[in-house]
Amino acid sequence: MKQDNRKAADAPRHTPPLRRIRIALASVCFLLLTWLFLDFTGTAQPLAGWLAKIQFLPAVMALNLWVVAGLVVLTLIFGRIYCSVICPLGVLQDLLARLRPRGHKKVGRYSYSPEVRWLRYPVLVLFVIALVAGVGSFVALLAPYSSFGRIASNLFAPLYQWGNNGLAAIAEQQGSYAFYHVDVWMRSLPTFLIAAASLAVLAILAWVGGRTYCNTICPVGTVLSFLSRFSFLKIRFDADKCRNCSACSKSCKASCIDYKNHAVDYSRCVVCGNCLESCKFGALHYAPAFSSQTAGSPSAAKGISHPADAPTNTIEAPSGAVEGATPIPSGATPSPSRRAFLIGSGLAIGTAALAQTKKKVDGGLATIEDKAAPERQTPLTPPGSLSAKNMAQHCTGCQLCVAQCPNQVLRPSTGLLTLMQPTMSFEHGYCRPECTRCSEVCPAGAIRPIQKDEKSSIQIGHAVWVKKNCIPVTDGIDCGNCARHCPTGAIQMVPLDPDNELGAYVPAVNESRCIGCGACENLCPARPFSAIYVEGHEVHREV
Amino acid sequence: MDRRSFLKYIGGGIAATASAATLLTSCKPKAAGSDSAADSTPADSTADGEMTMRTNHNTGDRVSLLGYGMMRLPELPDDADEDPQTGLYDQEMINRQVDYALAHGVNYFDTSPAYCRGLSERCTGIALKRHPRKSYYIATKLSNFDPGTWSAKASKQMFENSLKELQTDYVDYLLMHGTGMGSNDAEGNSLNGWQTFEARYMDNGLLDWLVQQKESGRIRNLGFSYHGEVEVFDRLLQWHDEGRYHWDFVQIELNYLDWFYANEINPRNTDAAYLYDELCKRGIPAVIMEPLLGGRLASVSDDVAAQLKQRDPEASIASWAFRFAGTPENVLTVLSGMTYMEHLTENVKTYSPLRPVNEEEHTFLMHIAEEIFGLKTIPCNECQYCMPCPYGLNIPAIFVHYNRCIKEWLVKQSAQEPGYRHARRAFLIGYDRSVPRLRQASHCIGCNQCTPHCPQQIEIPRELHHIDDYVEKLKREGTTF
Repeated sequence: MKQDNRKAADAPRHTPPLRRIRIALASVCFLLLTWLFLDFTGTAQPLAGWLAKIQFLPAVMALNLWVVAGLVVLTLIFGRIYCSVICPLGVLQDLLARLRPRGHKKVGRYSYSPEVRWLRYPVLVLFVIALVAGVGSFVALLAPYSSFGRIASNLFAPLYQWGNNGLAAIAEQQGSYAFYHVDVWMRSLPTFLIAAASLAVLAILAWVGGRTYCNTICPVGTVLSFLSRFSFLKIRFDADKCRNCSACSKSCKASCIDYKNHAVDYSRCVVCGNCLESCKFGALHYAPAFSSQTAGSPSAAKGISHPADAPTNTIEAPSGAVEGATPIPSGATPSPSRRAFLIGSGLAIGTAALAQTKKKVDGGLATIEDKAAPERQTPLTPPGSLSAKNMAQHCTGCQLCVAQCPNQVLRPSTGLLTLMQPTMSFEHGYCRPECTRCSEVCPAGAIRPIQKDEKSSIQIGHAVWVKKNCIPVTDGIDCGNCARHCPTGAIQMVPLDPDNELGAYVPAVNESRCIGCGACENLCPARPFSAIYVEGHEVHREV
Repeated sequence: MDRRSFLKYIGGGIAATASAATLLTSCKPKAAGSDSAADSTPADSTADGEMTMRTNHNTGDRVSLLGYGMMRLPELPDDADEDPQTGLYDQEMINRQVDYALAHGVNYFDTSPAYCRGLSERCTGIALKRHPRKSYYIATKLSNFDPGTWSAKASKQMFENSLKELQTDYVDYLLMHGTGMGSNDAEGNSLNGWQTFEARYMDNGLLDWLVQQKESGRIRNLGFSYHGEVEVFDRLLQWHDEGRYHWDFVQIELNYLDWFYANEINPRNTDAAYLYDELCKRGIPAVIMEPLLGGRLASVSDDVAAQLKQRDPEASIASWAFRFAGTPENVLTVLSGMTYMEHLTENVKTYSPLRPVNEEEHTFLMHIAEEIFGLKTIPCNECQYCMPCPYGLNIPAIFVHYNRCIKEWLVKQSAQEPGYRHARRAFLIGYDRSVPRLRQASHCIGCNQCTPHCPQQIEIPRELHHIDDYVEKLKREGTTF
């Protein structure tokens, strides 16, 4: 052992501590980005928001050309270091691999395997088709950053929030305002299940094959692999020094080192530096192309030559497939929710009367029934998203906006095509005028940045009155809570019967002024279905 | 919140009526030749519809309760040419208003060499010169604020110049202007209130010179106006007690907000209740400035306006403030800077004659002050008679939280107030802790089913909406606590 160490130290070239640098940088990026998904106070955004914006796919979606160019250059210089440092899903897999259950060998358990082209390139082709066709659900399913966001916001955030709530309870006892309670609730069951499944699949893949996901499924990894083949800095063999001990191949989580042929598949290498440390003979270097010690490179170059041709064909995928993909879900989706609505509206007629508990004794609290989401013919998308189309085209379903929404308005859509993309509903809160958080955090250009004062003039939908639920009509009680809370003054109370000014007053919505914030719907006393609800607009307007 | 102000709040808010009554009656024997606030008016005012007059027991001057403050004189229209003598000021209008004032009993005119870009004395002089000198009283000031005027020579020159501008050979009331305020001396060193007073009036021997002028008849009454550090006020009154100097009158800020909350509005100010009481104890007539607190008591929130109007629909909002300021019997005159004829006619009406604020109205105005200042607690004692609210609100819990925040000074009127950020966080987080969101005031639909059950006759929905508005205001400040 000691001998080996000395030999390594004697190696003519000093090996830079690539692995340690990589781990340090990756830790910083990963922790900051995870915090961004967990934080609900808005503190993380200014410090960590940029990390979401330099993610590859969101930057492409946002047409953030400087970031894309930067990442391209980065990859052309260093190889797929993006996958080891910047991509949170990549780092998560490294973490999972470390957390492998006991009884398994932790080091040197990998081996070389050839590239799985039959899976890798078709997945990319499908992904690009989905992108172009606007099948956001498929995009969100595969995009690495989105997968991470889904896992962090669905699986990690609740733990973080429960922890916070524990601290908040202690703080309350101490009379401190350092922590405050937050509601922990599931925004969407399908998204939660997908997140859990993604994590399970990732964990298994990471335990079995290290970076299998990155190198066979991840479309971003595949795109970057086209560039990394030509990167300036690469892991290179010094054939003279190599004793064919296989330590490098066993340590390679990307399974991309063929020690027998002294070849590295640069399309899969994520430049983690593990092999450099594993080699006791100084036979591996992370070095530029013109370096003298590139004995293994010819064979490696051969290894990459075939797949290098493939992408040019695949990117320009036939768009004919698009039409086939789109119409599938439209017929199927509404039925369950429509049924729910019919049942619900039946209840609503009853509940209007139930909304008020009769006062018989002094004290006690009336029970409050939970609100139920109405069926919206057009789903609501947050101000700044411009239109349903813009949202569908840009959103990568990363859940950052959902995680950050302080008013608990945003949640992942359950529509098949827009699965996991954000949609709005007002059972827990409404889209408050001072908040533009989602527009600040969105890295993909799906929700464009807006100012507070702009927000009050963006019409994302309009309020619709439902007479049969309205308390002045059903109970003959004065209300007007919707009008009192309308931030744009779009609601006024008018006599239900124009000839009877002493009778019930009901809300009259001036649709041209309504911005669709949902204050009326959220604060309407009718339960479970509000007597006023917001119907979305496909294209947002200025009022 | 310091302890002093907190205790004061507790004492002040609860015992407003009691202390007001005490103050008004405590100085009866030393008051300016009248019995009590309520009785003095008919005695002092000649007839119904005429200006209430007060007597200065030092000189026997009969002074109108409304004093004309010449610090906000009307200006010429924008396109008019400047007058070589009176600059931008509309002398014709000033003359008209002064004529009107005199015709309606106003006989006290308060000016200063500093007012209206230095032209107030001249404009006042021109207007008054047209009337017999004995028909009015002139008050002006030694406004030697600038260190360049602190020398004996420059200060004396300032007084001589005032006489010249006012076209008279004596002034009825002369004030050392703005005592208690700090300053920077010629070298830029900052001086506190007392140091400034010494530099302006003592080190240069000016106060003694002013006393000589009084003896020679060029000044009929000598006094000071006071703002700022209370130590200066206390020491000057101590001199009066010791017989070192005699103050014929003192000018203080007094209005129903400053009565108990001067210190809260501006930490450098002192509550008018204290200042007035100190003067009253010594029988020093009080001249009142800022009866409207810079107009703040003339333009109040809709809510406050509604309450005032409901009580007296025909009275203007401002008239309440004037009545309050004029009621204490030791008040010689109440100054108002009346720019427009409408101000003048309205104020003349308010004081012709004064309808003194009675005990009940005093309490009412103290509540209004609390409300303006955001200190009004809700008299809920959690009897739960209002509960259950049919719409699920926890009414008593909301009131308890709000009252607690008021008592802990966590309710702030503006984001500029010190401690605002902490107060906002404590209010909002505490609100969510005390009352689940679904049971908070935003869900009150105003059905009013609770109100008849309340033994305290609290208008519950109105108070809940008021709290909800406050919460909404806090929330609009940002998405984070």
